[in-house]
Amino acid sequence: MGIFIGDDTRLVVQGITGREGRFHAGRMREYGTNVVAGVTPGRGGADVDGIPVFDTVAEAVRETGANASCVFVPASAAADAAAEALAAGIEIVVCITEGIPTLDVMNMLDAAKARGWKGRVIGPNCPGLVTCGKALVGIMPGRIFTPGPVGLVSRSGTLTYEVVNLLSARGIGQSTCVGVGGDPIIGTNFVDCLAEFEDDPDTRAVVLIGEIGGQDEEDAAAFIRENMTKPVIAFVSGRTAPPGKRMGHAGAIVSGNMGTAESKMKAFREAGVPVADSIGEIMRLVMDALK
Amino acid sequence: MKLHEYQAKEIMRRYGVRTPRGEVACTADEAGEIAARLGCAVAVKAQVHVGGRGKAGGIAVATTPDEARCQASRILGMNIKGLTVTRVLVEEAVKAAREYYAGITIDRARRSIVVMASSEGGVDIEEVAARAPEKIARAWVSPREGFEPWQARSLALAAGFDRKAVGAAGTYIASLFRLFVREDASLAEINPLMLSEGGHVIAADAKITIDDNAIVRHPEYQALAEEDSEDPLEREAHRRGLTYVKLDGDIGVIGNGAGLVMATLDAISAEGGRAANFLDIGGGARADVVRNALELILMDGRVKAILINVFGGITRCDEVASGLLAAAESVGVRVPMVVRLAGTREEEGRALLRETSVVAAEGMADAARQAVALAAGGVH
Repeated sequence: MGIFIGDDTRLVVQGITGREGRFHAGRMREYGTNVVAGVTPGRGGADVDGIPVFDTVAEAVRETGANASCVFVPASAAADAAAEALAAGIEIVVCITEGIPTLDVMNMLDAAKARGWKGRVIGPNCPGLVTCGKALVGIMPGRIFTPGPVGLVSRSGTLTYEVVNLLSARGIGQSTCVGVGGDPIIGTNFVDCLAEFEDDPDTRAVVLIGEIGGQDEEDAAAFIRENMTKPVIAFVSGRTAPPGKRMGHAGAIVSGNMGTAESKMKAFREAGVPVADSIGEIMRLVMDALK
Repeated sequence: MKLHEYQAKEIMRRYGVRTPRGEVACTADEAGEIAARLGCAVAVKAQVHVGGRGKAGGIAVATTPDEARCQASRILGMNIKGLTVTRVLVEEAVKAAREYYAGITIDRARRSIVVMASSEGGVDIEEVAARAPEKIARAWVSPREGFEPWQARSLALAAGFDRKAVGAAGTYIASLFRLFVREDASLAEINPLMLSEGGHVIAADAKITIDDNAIVRHPEYQALAEEDSEDPLEREAHRRGLTYVKLDGDIGVIGNGAGLVMATLDAISAEGGRAANFLDIGGGARADVVRNALELILMDGRVKAILINVFGGITRCDEVASGLLAAAESVGVRVPMVVRLAGTREEEGRALLRETSVVAAEGMADAARQAVALAAGGVH
């Protein structure tokens, strides 16, 4: 099964006529994702490598039954594109775009709540997600993934690939891998993903890759302690990052004594979650958990 | 992007917040002239982006223009926590009857703006939060809703502001909220928000941080961002469009992806070394981007070894390896370079590096170990 996306995913790519949108639409289709439509305002009626393009998401939904979207729209218009998808009834909106002003994301999520739009936003500033062997939405390199029992949720793209690559090399497959994004405000956080993994019959253990900034890891630790029966293994990057400096991701910043790696690792340990000291150690802990 | 106090106060004044009269000076003579124009006792305040400038001697009160000149000449050029003071704010000294706190920031967990007020101003709000959390009143507000003076007055009352301060404080906090939303701030703080002996409510100190992602739609901050990078290497990185943070070690680090680079810094530290920087070249690791990054790292005289950590995902490792080698050759790398490749076709990528002067590492820990040894002058 996996979480959020799978066999029944019908994807619309927003910004499909742009360089990134077109390139990744092709990659996703190659992986096996059912890419049913593209949207670029003003380009309706066109086709991109055989994928029909519409002017609006609503039209794409009506014509193709799209139920998931992937946003490759530039930062100045990306929050608006996500809102359009939610308004059209899209269930999973994956926003890849980096650099969206924080208040735009907040406004979009708040409008969705106020208007009762039901869809879930993943990201922004995220690599997307893959339910192994079924569907890939986003920019992750499909060939490193193998189907199996480990769920993975992470704030970092390349660190996810790193871990997945090692898992696959050891013959440990993955159910769904989700990159939730590196921004301060994101639509789907660790707790949302953990709750889904707990209910997913295909997932037997979860790897959580956190980093400095915010308190998502602390919230996840509390959630695991109270609600999870499946084993979770945690890793936190940024232990040596200086306070007050934004480490690449807009959300990866220690402010004062908030958001330190120590606080996050301590929260996990206190919740009984094993914390890996290095990427290599994640493998050992996963193998222990699957025994 | 952090603004200086004098810049933050200028913006707050535009939104109707009362601040002490004052001007910024770059020389002692200018400071003296400003003090003379103000015609009253003044505070001379170092304009640097660090906390604790008062304790470090970066703030002084002067009763005459001459004294202001002397204090400014002492403070200008001073080094506060590694930063050189190049500007001082000279403003009328205000005597406080009470000191409050007012601040607005982003609550990430609630995906909301949070407005905070406290009757314990003049100290670090985190300290108050740790010691006496009940002394901070909070309101969570959507940018779509707005925050009106009547709501701000309730907040100020809940925080224990004196009744005579509540009217003006409420107006200013509501103004601060408008500022926060319109200017795309991620922090707007008045600490202390002073009730003066004369009965006025005044923003005695001010902090504003602008959301870096929003600077593109605020041209005036774009200009400030360019002139403001304090470190020449960070300024150069900004010019080259690279995501770079200067650190205090001697191992230059380049990687793709923020999380991977952070993990690399951690691995170096676990091996007993220190990274000279954080540098994320993003996905793909194209040869021109790598060359650009290598050139920047080599401008840093402290760097004794370079560690490149790349995950080849959509781009295969063998392509990444040839790109790296081409870039290294065209730049002329003068220090040992350790390269660690992972991902698709990593064996092939590593094989390409083996024939060269580049040290091909097996894993992240191995790469860190070798880079640390090389930086220390050891043999790999």
